[in-house]
Amino acid sequence: MGIEEKAGNLGVVTTSLEYVVNWGRTNAMWPLLFGLACCAIEMMGAQSANYDLSRFGMEINRASPRQADLMIVAGRVSRKMAPVVRRLYDQMSDPKWVVAMGDCAACGGVFNNYAIVQGVDEVVPVDVYVAGCPPRPEALIDGIMMLHEKVMREKISGVKERPITISQPLLQVEVAKKHG
Amino acid sequence: MDNPTLLSRIRARFPQAVRSSTEFRGALSIDLHADAYADLVTWLRDEPTLRYDFLENICGVDYLGRTPRFEVVAHLVSMQHLHRVCLKVGLPEHNPTIASLTPLFATANYQERETYDLLGIIFTGHPSLTRILMPDDWIGHPQRKDHPLGDEEVAFTFNQEQIYARKPFARE
Ligand code: SF4
Repeated sequence: MGIEEKAGNLGVVTTSLEYVVNWGRTNAMWPLLFGLACCAIEMMGAQSANYDLSRFGMEINRASPRQADLMIVAGRVSRKMAPVVRRLYDQMSDPKWVVAMGDCAACGGVFNNYAIVQGVDEVVPVDVYVAGCPPRPEALIDGIMMLHEKVMREKISGVKERPITISQPLLQVEVAKKHG
Repeated sequence: MDNPTLLSRIRARFPQAVRSSTEFRGALSIDLHADAYADLVTWLRDEPTLRYDFLENICGVDYLGRTPRFEVVAHLVSMQHLHRVCLKVGLPEHNPTIASLTPLFATANYQERETYDLLGIIFTGHPSLTRILMPDDWIGHPQRKDHPLGDEEVAFTFNQEQIYARKPFARE
């Protein structure tokens, strides 16, 4: 993105620009059109009339990685498929994000065996993990909303937020402590 | 065609071929010696009074701990007589090699490649015996019973840090 190099530290201008750019990115985030297994059915469900993902500007799945911003890895990734997934990710233009949908994409799920990649984060960097086997469309939409929030926090320099590491306490733990 | 007739005809034509035979719920299965296998299938296919001209499937089995360890199983159907026969050939662990049926039945091509890929059984005379399901650079034959089942240790709260430390996470 040229704008990120051009805009220096201009205080309020940068902040507002940041907001506008991120707002634009979140409200026209087009997913890549591919599904790998059973989770893809729920992804299709999320985009159909009942759940209507197009409310959030995501109505078109782009069949070309050049036009897509978001990769929803819906389903298990076999070791034979892994290079293909990585290649699709490399072909997407920046900025790009990845949602690992379902247990299989997040950690291998029930398929702890030779054929399945144990979590797609071995192949592509993942922004949001959505748990469930399969996650309901609501869960996927919630994950995407979470990703939108993350994108809204992004800086104009293009530096992505650092991942939450496991040494940091989880949100639920904090909440539980607060409410005893 | 019925089971005893077929068995006696096979015994008459190839006296050395049959090792044993069993019948379960009307289905005949014949245990064969590996060297007679291809000749016998050719004869079953081409003999005008038999015409077992449809290869239903061909696959492999791993009986770990048994001698012979491997087995190749083929089902032949005679459309003319509406009769089915199951042929089994035991193969030793150190040299699981058997004649290919691809020159006789084109359908055997992919099924023999799958058997080779997953069990490591070599089919001599196959036009291109390469991997079909696993990636080309895969080492080992994953459907063998002594192939490790799990791929990664399961992460619990007490060991997740060690496991994540050695997990190959992707970079951008
Ligand atoms: S998480 Fe469940 S529904 Fe999704 S791909 Fe895996 S097995 Fe299928």
